[in-house]
Amino acid sequence: MSKSTKKLTLSKKHNLTGWAFLAPGALLIFIMSFIPMIRALILSFKAGVGANMNWCGIMNYTRMFQDKVFIQSIKNTFFYLIIQVPVMLIFALILASILNNKDLKFKGLFRTMIFLPCATSLVAYAIIFRSLFANNGLVNLVLVNLGILDQPYSFLTNTTSARIVIVIALLWRWTGYNMVFYLSGLQNIEYSVYEAAKIDGASAVQSFFRITVPLLKPTILLTAIMSTNGTLQLFDESVNLTNGGPANTSITMSHYIYDMSFKFVPNFGYSAAMSFLILILVAILAFLQMKVGDKRD
Amino acid sequence: MYLFLCIVSFISVFPLYWMVSASTNKSAEVISGRLIPGTYFIENLKNLLTTQNIGRALGNSFKYSIILTVVSLVVCSLAGYGFEIYHDKGKDTVMSIILLAMMVPFVATMIPLFQMVSKAGWLNTTIGFILPTISTPFLIMMFRQSARSFPHDIMEAARIDGLSELRIFFQMFMPTMRSTYAAAMTITFMNAWNSYLWPKVIMTDATSQTMPMVVANLTEGYVTDYGMLMLAVLICTLPTAIVFFCLQNAFAEGITGAVK
Repeated sequence: MSKSTKKLTLSKKHNLTGWAFLAPGALLIFIMSFIPMIRALILSFKAGVGANMNWCGIMNYTRMFQDKVFIQSIKNTFFYLIIQVPVMLIFALILASILNNKDLKFKGLFRTMIFLPCATSLVAYAIIFRSLFANNGLVNLVLVNLGILDQPYSFLTNTTSARIVIVIALLWRWTGYNMVFYLSGLQNIEYSVYEAAKIDGASAVQSFFRITVPLLKPTILLTAIMSTNGTLQLFDESVNLTNGGPANTSITMSHYIYDMSFKFVPNFGYSAAMSFLILILVAILAFLQMKVGDKRD
Repeated sequence: MYLFLCIVSFISVFPLYWMVSASTNKSAEVISGRLIPGTYFIENLKNLLTTQNIGRALGNSFKYSIILTVVSLVVCSLAGYGFEIYHDKGKDTVMSIILLAMMVPFVATMIPLFQMVSKAGWLNTTIGFILPTISTPFLIMMFRQSARSFPHDIMEAARIDGLSELRIFFQMFMPTMRSTYAAAMTITFMNAWNSYLWPKVIMTDATSQTMPMVVANLTEGYVTDYGMLMLAVLICTLPTAIVFFCLQNAFAEGITGAVK
């Protein structure tokens, strides 16, 4: 009897130790993520400057849908999302399955080179791409010298090309990053499965769709959610590559929210409302992706 | 297949090579398309040092990033360890709530965080920089996953030997989980070094600006000195590149653990 009570207190003690271990981390997340989120929601129903904030109902939300620049920024962000995320993930998957091949030579070298862009800071790569695609940049120089263009094309001041440059830059920066996740995931798949499939006469394409994609599904889901979340929050590229231009046609939602809160006269209420819309969009998209991910089981 | 890989590798590496070679050439030479390293490196460095206080920005970036990385690793590994080793229903519920925080985009919390930090008088301070990202769901998840492989019988043996729970963590868990720590360190340091939006919001003083902020400032103005600009970009990239190269294998290993 005494032994069992002692055991009970010991496990109770361990239980408390556990809470003590996780308390700092857990509390910080609540204070730095959930509480600000709720405060942003409250703020989104207020208007005014600084400490002079008054309730204004859903005015911020109705204003949002009449704000042409904001609507433009939603369109831009979704343009990046719809084009870049699928292309990047498919490309990363293909690269990962090529690099997973046992007989491949210089595997480590290729992996390092493809992952290398991830070592650059977001601001740094945005500036590199801006310089490469500038009017007097290298891309124009090569295209003119090859005779493809008569005169330098102003990539960053034309709407479509500015957006495409952002997509290209994003692909360059993030494909290798996602590839590493897939490579790690592939390591959990027995290589003999592929060899068996080969003996049974499956082509590389068939084993890609029948083995790689289904078995990597949890990882694909994880990267899809991470990329969606990241793309909806694009900021550095929009600021440093195109500065949102020309005439806000490549601006992202985060960039516009930043401008609204810290560049122009601060309008925290309106910005909070816009940022809450991003939160809702992220939640909806993550939910949809999880639904789709579940269905294929 | 090799051709395809070579093309992809070339595209991946070329912009970086161009950055390095441009940093050693005159701006005019960069514009004329010179791709071979030149001899203008020292000159670019001098120009850069006279126009911008690079030393101070580098110092700030190192200070913020290193402190954030150390604090974050301790807090998150303690939490991940606590969630896994002492897990029960209550803790598992808290963990799943914490994972929801992964979905909260930073912009959605940015304004209340800014108000909080400025009210506390932490604008332009290290604590203001690190607070929002000390504890991240991703790192906690990573450490929780790796704690799963921490052998229970060793813990029991240590307990019988009279080691306190905290000492088991510091003397036994930490050394055995070196690769997880290395991966977590790479991720946290890179994120801290590269962060741009949050410092742009709270570092209102020129004296507390970070390296990426200074580099971004360089592009303002009408004429761009490409040699100098690329040198600044290079300096901004080197620390993360070095960290990445040193910890590359541990990074891949740690990610594998997290993906499992």
